Amino acid sequence: MTRRRAPGTPRSERVVKWVVSLPPALFLVVFFLVPSLIMVLASFRLPGEFGGLMPLRAADGSLDLSLDTYRFLFGDWIYGEILLKSLLVAGLTTALCLLLAYPLALLIALSPRRHRDFMVLLVVLPFAANFLIRIYAWILLLGPANVLYSPFAVIIGMVYVHLPFMILPLYTNLEKHDATLLEAAQDLGAPRWTRFWRVTWPLSLSGVWSGTALVFIPVLGMFAIPELLGGTGDILIGNLIKEQFLDNRDWPLGSSLSLMLTVMVLLLAGSAVLAGRRRRTLAKGAK
Amino acid sequence: MALLEFRNVSKRFGKLLAVDNVSFSVDSGEFFTFLGPSGCGKTTLLRMLAGFDAPDAGDILLDDRSLAGVPPEKRPLHTVFQNYALFPHLTVEGNISFPLEMAGRPKAEIRTRVAETLALVHLEEKGHAFPHELSGGQKQRVALARGLVNRPRLLLLDEPLGALDAKLREEMQIELIALQRNVGVTFIFVTHAQQEALALSHRIAVMNRGRIMQLDEPDKIYGFPLNRFVADFIGKINLLDVDVLAVDADVLTLSAQGLGTLTTPRVDGANVGDHGCLALRPEQLRLAADHEAGDLGIHFPGKVHDLLYEGDVTIYRVALENGATLEAMIANSAPGRPRFFEVGDSVVLGWRPDAGRYLHD
Ligand SMILES: Nc1ncnc2c1ncn2[C@@H]1O[C@H](COP(=O)(O)OP(=O)(O)OP(=O)(O)O)[C@@H](O)[C@H]1O
Ligand SMILES: [Mg+2]
Repeated sequence: MTRRRAPGTPRSERVVKWVVSLPPALFLVVFFLVPSLIMVLASFRLPGEFGGLMPLRAADGSLDLSLDTYRFLFGDWIYGEILLKSLLVAGLTTALCLLLAYPLALLIALSPRRHRDFMVLLVVLPFAANFLIRIYAWILLLGPANVLYSPFAVIIGMVYVHLPFMILPLYTNLEKHDATLLEAAQDLGAPRWTRFWRVTWPLSLSGVWSGTALVFIPVLGMFAIPELLGGTGDILIGNLIKEQFLDNRDWPLGSSLSLMLTVMVLLLAGSAVLAGRRRRTLAKGAK
Repeated sequence: MALLEFRNVSKRFGKLLAVDNVSFSVDSGEFFTFLGPSGCGKTTLLRMLAGFDAPDAGDILLDDRSLAGVPPEKRPLHTVFQNYALFPHLTVEGNISFPLEMAGRPKAEIRTRVAETLALVHLEEKGHAFPHELSGGQKQRVALARGLVNRPRLLLLDEPLGALDAKLREEMQIELIALQRNVGVTFIFVTHAQQEALALSHRIAVMNRGRIMQLDEPDKIYGFPLNRFVADFIGKINLLDVDVLAVDADVLTLSAQGLGTLTTPRVDGANVGDHGCLALRPEQLRLAADHEAGDLGIHFPGKVHDLLYEGDVTIYRVALENGATLEAMIANSAPGRPRFFEVGDSVVLGWRPDAGRYLHD
């Protein structure tokens, strides 16, 4: 008698896959999914008088949930405006980081192998100093130049802090490029810039996307830099959320704002993935 | 007028003379091959021709115009790289249309040319596939198609069949010959496989240590090697140490130690008293039983030392009385038995007087 086998991957391999992916999955459920659900619930509850939340069950035992927070949130333009401004700052920061990081990453990738590790070390060296200290250093630097407490200072701080997160994935990608592809392109008639745009750039897109995600998402939620370097008008969504929890004591509003931010990021990431897939199908030609 | 000409080209890497004073010319429509052992400078030669390296001395001319200072992208020639170097982010069609786009051809023309070229290499079905979805042989074809699509003056091929298995290699060899004949593009082909070079080329330049040792048609290279290196590198060969005794109008009289004197066709440059060797191909040697040596021409008695049965032929290693061992390749056409001789048989080994070739040391 022959035993029937499941088609595709053998059983033992599937078991290994499960065992390997279980801990991270568990971690994500416990520290991402559950807190997110708690936040969803919190956004429908009522704020407590001295911070925190009102009890979930009212005195008569009924569930004490309401849509008040969302009515308030969508009733005022200011929240949408701040979210939009935050997106703008995050987009601008990402673009500037990309513009600065790409040539640098390329330079490192094209350097002799024995110099590369040292150059990468220089890129991550700022991490050796505390984040806040580095931001305070910018206060000292920007103060005399009369640009402190302005959107300009915020952008400078953002770009400065996040630049390594753009350089590293780009470098990791560019370093793996096969130099004979550029020779082939040149041999087939491509001048320098064409070689870059037709070969190097498309092959580095995965690095560009990683860097973009690593910069865009943290910048979107960042509150320390706008608080320290920005003026009173330079409030971003991160500051707003922080304020709801620490100063305003409106946890439901803070939760709903956080949710908006999460949804926004997921939407953007999702559409980026879809766009990438579409591009690939287009390249393959409609069948 | 030659299409391509190398004039005393040399290239040095530090102390190493990778290409040493090389001169040759290639005619339009030729299938020209560089054959030589690993490290003899074949790739360096192609890279200078493609423009990736500059010669240290000498000049390379295409259509009688020097290529010095012309960057690779401006040279009317394409290279098929040993590892194919297909663009992984482009489909097969994207790869093949690349050189046409670089040349600024209109879209409609690109479409028809790509389709034609795909048909030429039998890949009509694979136009939308990405390189990683192709087999080795298919990648090879895409690389060829990409190099040929805008009809360069020259196509340089650096060991293009090196990564293929033996059977596929043979198939691709036949296709390469047909392809080159069909498109009429001049091929400069590089290989270290002598069988491949002999089968494909119109002319072969045999290289060693950066120098051309002999440049001729395949049958001349095989049949009339100019020196020990070429004789030894191409095919199997027996080399018998000899001294030149006499030089006549068209024969050389040689003495081989322990065997006495023998004659061979005269070659230029041989003088009385020279020391050299007599080169004999195994398939030119013949064997006979002791008593029937009558029509062998030059012949010596010997003993079958060992043999290698290969099915269609047997290689007999025959020890002569002077101690030399020669290999004879004999077809297994003996009626009623597997082969003519067995180990230990006393035989007579001989060859026609016009068979051997004297090589000067
Ligand atoms: N860029 C370089 N720097 C230093 N030496 C080099 C360089 N390129 C080639 N060489 C040397 O020049 C010689 C010829 O190299 P080349 O690549 O032309 O050989 P080849 O005939 O193509 O060999 P193979 O059949 O192995 O490809 C070799 O000894 C090689 O080590
Ligand atoms: Mg080589």
